[in-house]
Amino acid sequence: MDLAFFFIQMLNGIQYGLLLFLIASGLTLVFSIMGIINLAHGAMYMIGAYLAFDLTQRLGNFWLALAAAIPISIVLGLVIERLFLDTLYRRDHLYQVLLTFGLILVFNEIQRILWGGDVHSVAIPEPFTGSIQLTDNLQYPVYRLFVGAVCLALAGAIYWVIRHTRLGIYIRAGAVNRDMVEGVGINVRTLFTVIFSVGVGLTAFAGMLAAPITSVAPGMGDSILITCFVVVVVGGIGSIKGAFWGALLIGITQTFGPVLIPSLASVLMYLIMAAVLLVRPRGLFA
Amino acid sequence: MTPTPLLSTHGLTRSFGGLVAVNNVSIDFQPGQVHAILGPNGAGKSTLINLLSGELPPSSGQIEFRSQGIHGQAAHRIARLGIGRSHQKTSIFPRLNCLHNCELAARANMGGVWGSMRSRATAREVTDRAREALDECGLADQVHTLASAMSYGEQRQLQIAMVLATRPSLMLLDEPMAGIGREESQQVTALLKRLSDQYTLVLIEHDMDSVFALAEHITVMVEGSVLESGPTAAIRASEQVRDVYLGR
Amino acid sequence: MLHTYPTRVWILLATLLLVLLTYPLWSPTLLGNQSDFFIEKLTLILIMALFAVSLDLLVGVVGLTSLGHALFFGLGAYTLALASPDFSAPSLWWMLPLVMGVSALAALLVGILVLRTSGIFFIMTTLAFGQMLYFFVSLSSATGGSDGMFIMFRPSVTLGETVLLDLGNPMTFFYFCLVLLLASYGFLRWLTRSHYGQVLDGIHDNEDRMRALGYATFHYKLTAFVISGVLASVAGMLAAMQYGFANPAQAEWHLSGVVLMMVILGGMGTLFGAVLGAFTYELLQFLFEHLTQHWQLLMGLTIIGAVLVLPKGIAGLLINPPSLTAWRRQRSRPRVSPALEVKVPAATTQKET
Repeated sequence: MDLAFFFIQMLNGIQYGLLLFLIASGLTLVFSIMGIINLAHGAMYMIGAYLAFDLTQRLGNFWLALAAAIPISIVLGLVIERLFLDTLYRRDHLYQVLLTFGLILVFNEIQRILWGGDVHSVAIPEPFTGSIQLTDNLQYPVYRLFVGAVCLALAGAIYWVIRHTRLGIYIRAGAVNRDMVEGVGINVRTLFTVIFSVGVGLTAFAGMLAAPITSVAPGMGDSILITCFVVVVVGGIGSIKGAFWGALLIGITQTFGPVLIPSLASVLMYLIMAAVLLVRPRGLFA
Repeated sequence: MTPTPLLSTHGLTRSFGGLVAVNNVSIDFQPGQVHAILGPNGAGKSTLINLLSGELPPSSGQIEFRSQGIHGQAAHRIARLGIGRSHQKTSIFPRLNCLHNCELAARANMGGVWGSMRSRATAREVTDRAREALDECGLADQVHTLASAMSYGEQRQLQIAMVLATRPSLMLLDEPMAGIGREESQQVTALLKRLSDQYTLVLIEHDMDSVFALAEHITVMVEGSVLESGPTAAIRASEQVRDVYLGR
Repeated sequence: MLHTYPTRVWILLATLLLVLLTYPLWSPTLLGNQSDFFIEKLTLILIMALFAVSLDLLVGVVGLTSLGHALFFGLGAYTLALASPDFSAPSLWWMLPLVMGVSALAALLVGILVLRTSGIFFIMTTLAFGQMLYFFVSLSSATGGSDGMFIMFRPSVTLGETVLLDLGNPMTFFYFCLVLLLASYGFLRWLTRSHYGQVLDGIHDNEDRMRALGYATFHYKLTAFVISGVLASVAGMLAAMQYGFANPAQAEWHLSGVVLMMVILGGMGTLFGAVLGAFTYELLQFLFEHLTQHWQLLMGLTIIGAVLVLPKGIAGLLINPPSLTAWRRQRSRPRVSPALEVKVPAATTQKET
């Protein structure tokens, strides 16, 4: 493997890892603050991608589609939280698992009804259609760099919110002890709604960003959900920092695995998880 | 000269992140004594009990039981060595009756998983032990009462009976009087008084009257460290202790 | 856990058993030429019931929410497919122990890892490990990739030269599955009523307390995990025999979700509830499939509805039938979120306080 190829794979791995972080951070936020495990998180990623596909076709422009799809996904999160999750906060995780499993079936079927079973693609939008010349015969698509940059900026924003705002204080408190959040006298109902909507918004946005570089296909949410679970387990539950480094580790593993050890590629990520569980059962950063 | 302590800690320390909950604590617990640990909220008493019972591993320092190091061992192993504990929160099994609660406790150190599968839920020896423990705690007439149907004070007594049923040589009691009324609290005090003849007791308690009535030795903790340790009379007289704790 | 149930429960179960046992007597009249189709459907339901009962030991009795139980189901199916000779029937006498042995070993290894975690972590790790087998079999050429593997011959049950059972016969296979389900149910009921079962109950209620009493709770949970996994693999093996193939879908996490739903729908912790849950779920799905091609939408909504209004499942209804007066009383009370009144398994509440 020559250096340029290694470099490209590394860029791909980091870009994929950053995208994973966007999804995993929503998942982590939702369960560290709200104590809810949301299996439908992957389905929201899928819905985001399909919204990007559908609205790009209707509006004729990817950026307009993004502008419309982001509020739609946030409202979707709001509706789900108010309609279904409201009753589940005090109940065992088991019921959350099942209810959100039911939501997956519903969303998968809605996707099939609205958009059918075909695989779609979204064109890479202007002005990022070009590539950067790395060496004489190697190029790297600008859009991938753009996705990485956006994810990194959002990661920075999340970090800033957690470190420097009141909301961040609640989030940090909630990650340590959820009852504490309820004790400080803030409106927990509103906080939960905001967190869940933001969580859904983040993962749907990740789906929209990913639409031009992956295929928009049924079931795309399921595999990303499992990958994000591994990210969270490796990084440490409730830890945004853990989600970040976990996502990069898994992202890079997933891009290098098939090249370096093809025979083990499909299970490599689980082996990493197993190793982490053996050494640090609470995750690397918890 | 003092006899060899049954249980002792040496430089025991436990921190959570930046917070040091138990800081360099060295205490000797003499066999046959009632040793109370006093201290304001957040003094690290509960953490200390959790370290002694193995529910938490220490960050540093040693714990010796019968002159053997037990720090870092799993909670169930320490329980089997003969250190029984009751929890601050009542933790009986509400869906079982008194007898079954105690039987469950009595069986804990009789055979492992395989033994438990082969044996029926009741057996002569286990039942005898359980009834004995209930007798000792004055619950003999409540053998078949469902634990969830008992008063809070009785549940505390049942919890002590469960610890007894495991046949410990030392009992760690985490606020056995917490949240119960005057009359029941006196009952529990009387029960502990009876038990103190046969067992070594380590007692965390807020209720001053019962502590002074029961304890032969008192250790006062403040902010994770030992402020003073000595015979009850000495602690009662100590100005320092009065300022920091009793004065409030 | 409650070990004695009201008589109506036993009457219902006995009726169900009787209806199943006498299937050949009434099916030709009632179902006509559909009889053959329905026997296959019923056999499948029995297999799913066995799968659900095995999971109930973990979820209902010990309080461990596993979302990766399809791992063992799929392992049973693939062990059968891989170990079967190409052109002859394997003997059940070695196939069954092989399937059980392989899954016991897998459950032991996975259990040692996942039982180091608890709560949401446990759910996520079981799910992730479950997917490991799925991805492996769908990508490996040795297992036929996403197409899966065909199983040409059902295992033979012979003694010397005599054929004891012809599992290729749908009716015989149906009874065979029924017997295995009854045996597993009997075994688990015996197990949960032994002292071992009491310890599992205790762990469900308050694991810290059990540890403080001197119980090595990890060992108890691990054995329960292994027993549960082994029974699930038997169900998987039967399913592969029934379908005639092993397929990645048999190891996929959707199946783990479905079987978990069966357990809850039936009422967890009762064992018999899991059986009722499997029947109800499969019949509902059968109904929805005939109503619309978008049956998953209806199934999803049913699951959501069941979680919201029927947290204790069908068994809960049978054991404590809702009475109209109690319902009225509750309605006239100041409104408290109904969810708060549901009994939350003690382990979780204690962790949160």
